Amino acid sequence: MKILAIDSSGLVASVAVAEDDTLLAEYTVNYKKTHSQTLLPMMDEVTRMIDLDLQSLDAIAVAGGPGSFTGLRIGSATAKGLGLALDLPLVSVPTVDALAWNLYGFSGNICPMMDARRSQVYTGIYSFEAGEFVTKRPQEPMAVADILQAVNDLGQDVIFLGDGVPVYREMILKQVAVPYQFAPAHLNRQRAASVAVLAMQYYKEGKIQTADEHKPEYMRLSQAERERAAQKKEEGQKV
Amino acid sequence: MGTEGIEKKAMDANERLGDVCILAIESSCDETAAAVVRNGREVLSNIIFSQIDLHKVYGGVVPEIASRKHIEKINQVIREALEVAGKTWDDLDAIAVTYGPGLVGALLVGVAEAKAISYARKLPLVGVHHIEGHISANYIENKDLEPPFICLVVSGGHTHLVRVKDYGEYEILGRTRDDAAGEAYDKVARAIGLGYPGGPKIDCLSKEGNPDAIAFPKAKVAGAPYDFSFSGLKSAVLNYLNGCRMKGEPISEADVAASFQKAVVDVLVEHAMLAVKESGLDKFALAGGVASNSALRAAAESACQERGIRFYRPSPIFCTDNAAMIGAAGYYEYRKGVRHGLDLNAVPNLRLGER
Repeated sequence: MKILAIDSSGLVASVAVAEDDTLLAEYTVNYKKTHSQTLLPMMDEVTRMIDLDLQSLDAIAVAGGPGSFTGLRIGSATAKGLGLALDLPLVSVPTVDALAWNLYGFSGNICPMMDARRSQVYTGIYSFEAGEFVTKRPQEPMAVADILQAVNDLGQDVIFLGDGVPVYREMILKQVAVPYQFAPAHLNRQRAASVAVLAMQYYKEGKIQTADEHKPEYMRLSQAERERAAQKKEEGQKV
Repeated sequence: MGTEGIEKKAMDANERLGDVCILAIESSCDETAAAVVRNGREVLSNIIFSQIDLHKVYGGVVPEIASRKHIEKINQVIREALEVAGKTWDDLDAIAVTYGPGLVGALLVGVAEAKAISYARKLPLVGVHHIEGHISANYIENKDLEPPFICLVVSGGHTHLVRVKDYGEYEILGRTRDDAAGEAYDKVARAIGLGYPGGPKIDCLSKEGNPDAIAFPKAKVAGAPYDFSFSGLKSAVLNYLNGCRMKGEPISEADVAASFQKAVVDVLVEHAMLAVKESGLDKFALAGGVASNSALRAAAESACQERGIRFYRPSPIFCTDNAAMIGAAGYYEYRKGVRHGLDLNAVPNLRLGER
């Protein structure tokens, strides 16, 4: 089985091609250029480098959210375009799950944190038990203090990763009461290789989507919708 | 593979001139659209998903909501465009896509989708300017129309008076200094309780009102005879409404709508006719969403008739944001050899004729 995977959910743009147990290529860029300018040229480069026949792919995988709204849409629109033009199914991989998968085999808890602004992170808690990926807390937007509390409550070693770590480093240092560490540079950001590997499992389990139906999982309403809901609630209370 | 393949395909297509089939994609604002256009003028399909009902409760287009809807609809719209046209990927010669101006998040959906298709099917990619698309909408139903001509582009976000010198060559003669004409319509519509979108609603209500009931000012911009200004007119309408309310005088919404519309239309047509006269050209075209406005169409047509100028305007379906017009503009760009790379980005403030 051959999968082309994309992750543009955060600052990192990443493309990978994996076939069964082999990672054929991975191209990851963590630079301030917009994904719109980098993603497709990277994909083009990768496919040339490994003489990839696009028709030989079985699916397109994409980090489906949460993440930067615009970043997610660039990834999703790219995946949808590929799926449409190549008649391939899509595999939408939860972004935070894929981040945790970077640390396959780690014995303690894994806590990815993506900066979600407004003092929140997109986060979750995971572990590997006898090689099985265990979700202890599914991905969601949370206040930093709350996820750190949840980590403490579990009372086990934890490793942090993701672009939320440098942003909330001080809070982590102050608040975490269990032994902890920070993932090193080669593992601490989104990698399309992890998306590809996780997507293989999803594909085997039949968790696929059509390119037409796929849309990002933002896990947050737009600002206009939030404000409207708040306003309605306020009006409702007045009545 | 890669660019060699793309270049070869481009050469092949140019050799059999007169048979270029383009899939066009448009997502710059609140319409998700795709079309298949042959030779720039023959529309084989024109699919538009309008999000307007989604934005009505907010009184205008919400960029994030628009972007989210685009990604939900874009594949269906493209698939339908191909199906209606009876075309497969192998029948296509190029992909054209709007890359500006517009809402950046909305544009990015179309641009990323178009690039992925271009890459996957090794089809040349042509980025198109949204306003050039509106202007080119005139080529679709007017097989005889060729540049040079003068074009007035009026929409919710744009008011431009343009000299179309050749295919793909534009000179901006005048533009609005503040609000776009369509924006003024929306604001006035809101003030008289008509809601969003204001253009069609004011146009409809105006038919019941007296356009000479209230004398609203026609703003001129000193030293720039082709430029427009609509914020003063909008304020005059708001002041009039406030004055009536304070004095307890009854307000005829229909008269306000008709008088406001007359002030807008008069100034648009006056400036346009001045530009036509000074240019020495004998062809004039309307374009953009507000080109559907019945009063503007009637006034422009009769002004052209009086002066012996040929008048062109697209049908309403090609005035609203659509992808057929992007296919028309894209065709002429394609013929000129314009090709964009896979690094094509959305440019929200892309300028007309300054690429």
